[in-house]
Amino acid sequence: MIRLRDVHLRLGERDVLRGVDADLGEQRIGVVGANGSGKSSLARLLNGLLVPTRGSVTVDGLDTARDGAKVRRRVGFVFSDPDAQIVMPTVAEDVAFSLRRQKLAREQVQARVAQVLGRFGLAAHADHPAHLLSGGQKQLLALAAILVTEPGVLVLDEPTTLLDLRNTRRIADLVSALPLQVVHVTHHLDLLAGYDRVLVVDDGRIAADDSPAAALEFYRRSQS
Amino acid sequence: MLTSVYRPGTSPLHRARAGTKLLALAVGASALAWQRSVPAVAVGALVVAAAVAVAGMPARWVWEQLRPLRWVLLLVAGFQVLTQDWRLALVVCATLALAVLAAALVTATTRMQELLDVLQRLLQPLRRVGVDPDRVALLLALTLRAVPVLQGLIAEVGDARRARGCERSLRALLVPLLIRTLRHADNLGEALAARGVDD
Repeated sequence: MIRLRDVHLRLGERDVLRGVDADLGEQRIGVVGANGSGKSSLARLLNGLLVPTRGSVTVDGLDTARDGAKVRRRVGFVFSDPDAQIVMPTVAEDVAFSLRRQKLAREQVQARVAQVLGRFGLAAHADHPAHLLSGGQKQLLALAAILVTEPGVLVLDEPTTLLDLRNTRRIADLVSALPLQVVHVTHHLDLLAGYDRVLVVDDGRIAADDSPAAALEFYRRSQS
Repeated sequence: MLTSVYRPGTSPLHRARAGTKLLALAVGASALAWQRSVPAVAVGALVVAAAVAVAGMPARWVWEQLRPLRWVLLLVAGFQVLTQDWRLALVVCATLALAVLAAALVTATTRMQELLDVLQRLLQPLRRVGVDPDRVALLLALTLRAVPVLQGLIAEVGDARRARGCERSLRALLVPLLIRTLRHADNLGEALAARGVDD
């Protein structure tokens, strides 16, 4: 369970979030909002990449400001630009990089890397340079590199923004099959159709918090 | 270039330990530089040729490794002929080419992670003076990873510059390139934090 209590966030001279309260317990939660509304900052609060200026964010009782490292082990984060997320030169090495803190034996690391690359259709590219992958494959790699650590929660910050329709659908299908809690920030509203709950962020506040149909209808009306 | 040199394979050279290969490279290159003789270069060439064959590298790969070196070799050869003699020019140039080829062979048959592991082990004694081997290895990996990213950024900014009709403007290249590089650095830092690098 993720709890946000009276969360305020100030970045520089700007109040990005202003008094956000929410209990996020559902398996599939969507977050939508206009550019600059504060939705990406809200996502970054969930794994401690940002900490609130006032108020608190807890994940399973762990405060993101005090227990950032433990929170990040529980909450995986995927960004919109996979090029900024891929650290190591080759595909398998980048996935293995995520496991370096777990002090596993080399064979165990190799087995887990092979397993996750197989699941994401990247096994044939294991030893290939990551920068030669297509945009869709890079995002799959970014996702694989996070999921290999088996987080309990996955936060996606517009992961399909740079992808074509086919790869967008592929990522969406993979995400929908994951047996973990997903918080998905996106501008692709159709991806949220089967979700349990959608939050609409507007000007640093949660303007709507409802079922996908109701929340997205509210969002469309507010943007027209 | 270094980011794309690993060529998957199952040859004995691929299976050999990274530390052993690096040690052999260091010893071989030092011996050639120390000997500076035609017989030593001939033996070195035979060893490197055998290693290239064992690793299953095609002739084209050998040419790809040596091609970027051709102007350097020409300069060195010219300088040696002018100041010494043609025999020493031959030995120096051959030593340089063999060392580069042998180093390329090590990186072509060794995964980056294995090389970084060796580096981390070698740097362990420096912990006492405040050097963090994990950090140094990560820095090296990020540096290698940055090469294709920067190449991509330069290509994109170059395209944008051409599209706006200012092909000759250095400012139209450097300003957006600097901004995008800094933004990439910011995003990368954030991604590293998200992956628990500082934890």
